[in-house]
Amino acid sequence: MKRQDVAFAAGAIVVLLMGFGAVHAVANPYFFFAGYVIVQYVVLATAWNILGGYAGYINFGPAALYGAGVYTSALLLKAFGAPLVVNIVAAGLVGMVLGLMMGYLTLRVQGVYFAIATIALVIMLETVVHNIEYLGGARGLALIAPEPPAWAVGRTQFVFLVLLAIAVMSVALARWIERSWIGRGLRALRASEEAAECAGVATLRLKLAACAVSGALLAVAGAPYIYYASYIDPGSAFSLTLGLNTIAMPLIGGTRSWAGPVIGALLLASVQQAATVTISSELNVLMVGLALIVFIAAAPDGLIGLAERLRRKMHA
Amino acid sequence: MSEPVLAVRDLTKSFGALRALGPVSFALRGGERLGLIGPNGSGKTTLINCLSGTLRADDGRIWFAGRDVTNVLAFKRARMGLARSFQIPKPFVGMTVLENVLVPLDQIGDGSDHEARAMAILRSVRLDARAGDDAKRLSHLELRKLELARALVGAPKVLIADEAMAGLSEPEIDEILAILQRLSEAGVAVIMVEHIMHAVMRFSQRVICFETGQLIAEGTPQEVAEDPLVQKVYFGEPARH
Amino acid sequence: MFLEILINAVATGLLLGSIYAALALGLAVTFGILHIPNIAHPVFVVLGAYLAVVANERGWDPILAALAGALPFYLLGALFYEFYARVFERRGEADTMQALTLFFGVSLVVETALVLKFGTNQQTVDVDYVGQSLRIGLLVMPYRLLVPALVAPVMILTLWAYLKFTYAGIAIRAAAHDVRALQVSGVDPHWIKRHAFGIASVTALVAGAILVIIGPVDPFSGRLQIGRAFAVVILAGMGAVPGTILAAFIIGVAESLVSAFLNPSWSPGVAFLILLATLALKPQGLFGASR
Repeated sequence: MKRQDVAFAAGAIVVLLMGFGAVHAVANPYFFFAGYVIVQYVVLATAWNILGGYAGYINFGPAALYGAGVYTSALLLKAFGAPLVVNIVAAGLVGMVLGLMMGYLTLRVQGVYFAIATIALVIMLETVVHNIEYLGGARGLALIAPEPPAWAVGRTQFVFLVLLAIAVMSVALARWIERSWIGRGLRALRASEEAAECAGVATLRLKLAACAVSGALLAVAGAPYIYYASYIDPGSAFSLTLGLNTIAMPLIGGTRSWAGPVIGALLLASVQQAATVTISSELNVLMVGLALIVFIAAAPDGLIGLAERLRRKMHA
Repeated sequence: MSEPVLAVRDLTKSFGALRALGPVSFALRGGERLGLIGPNGSGKTTLINCLSGTLRADDGRIWFAGRDVTNVLAFKRARMGLARSFQIPKPFVGMTVLENVLVPLDQIGDGSDHEARAMAILRSVRLDARAGDDAKRLSHLELRKLELARALVGAPKVLIADEAMAGLSEPEIDEILAILQRLSEAGVAVIMVEHIMHAVMRFSQRVICFETGQLIAEGTPQEVAEDPLVQKVYFGEPARH
Repeated sequence: MFLEILINAVATGLLLGSIYAALALGLAVTFGILHIPNIAHPVFVVLGAYLAVVANERGWDPILAALAGALPFYLLGALFYEFYARVFERRGEADTMQALTLFFGVSLVVETALVLKFGTNQQTVDVDYVGQSLRIGLLVMPYRLLVPALVAPVMILTLWAYLKFTYAGIAIRAAAHDVRALQVSGVDPHWIKRHAFGIASVTALVAGAILVIIGPVDPFSGRLQIGRAFAVVILAGMGAVPGTILAAFIIGVAESLVSAFLNPSWSPGVAFLILLATLALKPQGLFGASR
């Protein structure tokens, strides 16, 4: 293990310990209610970036995979009273299959067509869920989650900790992919698929892998939601705003490294959490929209890219 | 030396109603230096794409290194040692020059020290000083060299150099020619697809000429240059930049 | 009974289809011809609908209001292209993905601006012909669909004729193929594209007026239309402007049949299903050249 890896592992453990400590130290459950949203955004942004950032295939329908995770988990809970960990694994598998389907799409369509096809996936899944009576249809579905284990203090704290662990693992996975030959292959095919293929990169296989991992993690991010909210409906599970935020966060932070989505997510989600208390949710969306425009126009490589540019200027 | 390393038989490719290539047959011996000429639209690029596997031929067969690779995917052909460069350089932008060269090495994955090998290749084309720079910052000549370095780092058996000297000045052309010459001496068979006639004539042992998807002449540089058919279709063409 | 439902479903589908064609027309120009994936087009349609609503409150007919607002919308579209070009020109080439995200951001900003100004309430227009129907035998055609369905083909034919017979129109089509050739012939490709965006924006305005006659509109009405508009353009085939009518008919009738015989709640998925099927099976569309 290199020194950087040790530092990363230590950081990950510290984050987990701090989360666990906070659960016992902070009495107000609202803290974890808000914290859950922020951590969820870290998972979503990190998951999305594996395909969108590294491979350059912009998935405009992360909400499809997230929603699939939400509903898979809810279905299992309702039908079998399945424990959370089972639901997470199941959601991951569903997400992986949907991701692979998306990956096969890349065989036929690239660029805009891929992006549009992913939007189509959201609407179609939402329409399907709308029409399944067992899942509550358009009305939504209310479920009472089982009691959390005693060490977790309360239900909100429990799902917060579970999601925190998922977030740490997602970031570690993204980091590993980025630094391995896989990440290099993905970046190469992002630059030129033809040249990558002619350099021996198995582009289709890599794209499928990226789609599967990204899809699985996006769905996993949705799996604990029913335990968190006790109520789901198609509108919030397949929410366009959630999809938008997912895309915006890596773009704000920077898509080229694992730290970009994390920074973007922490920044955007914290600001939004503060903003929903103080200002209206419309202004909130307006803010994200403007941030997207500004970053695309002025800082296409995100905050990290901006920082690097500044550093180069200082040295030059 | 006489055993063909690459051979095609009756290769054809059409786009809709337009027959872009063939049927065409030829062979390349191990270590040979073959010039491939022909006016624009004569089917050269289609041929290269079929050879490297990014295009699937409609009909005919391709053998490489003793294997029928007609149905082998492009990335596998590359791993087998069939390398190519692109007419319009396609650097992996957003990656450093070193990383660009590491990509093909990753795919072979023989566990030896890739970074040292990549640096050695960069040094051999005098690009080592730029190893840490983003590929998008390179000059035109440097991009051409990077194309070659990336193609060569996996120690290929055949290199298809697709207009590797287009847009370069005379001294720069000499530099690329020297690189290709060294390769050839190391036993790599080179197909030079080129419009810069004096470079082709100087470099090649044998030249083939294409026109409307057909092979119309084959022989030593001298023979092909004097072929009346070649002179008619090729040298009658207005000068190209 | 079955026949009656079928005839009416097909008729409604055809009416819907001609309206979808109007919605997609601007996209057929910016995306189909110029290959700029303007996913903000539907939001321009909604913006047009709001303009019609505001004018209607002052007693204007929505379609007349749209014609009156054509020039400002043309300028808006041109300005929008100018912004797009400024952002990406400096970078040399337009990264499709970044362009999409930019358009996405613009959609959000416009949507939210509408929410802030008008609230999330649904807006309607008040015209005499809404609420009445034309009856021919078994066939019942509500005027609120019929009037827009007549306006749409007129608009499409006008645009088609413009692209086919005028110098600027031909230049727009040429811009898609060979910018350099255009420059050689003395036309500024930048100007041509800006012009095309202006025209697309005007069609969005008219489509918006039509949309609000058909039914109430809210700031997020554009979202449902993104899929439909792209489905129409892609099914028609890139650059096939007259083909958008037939493609839109197919989608309109399919939706209407699903609504009538299955359940209206399935119909939002129909356009997307057709879109995915087109991409998977016949990516060049019905009338497009292979890409």
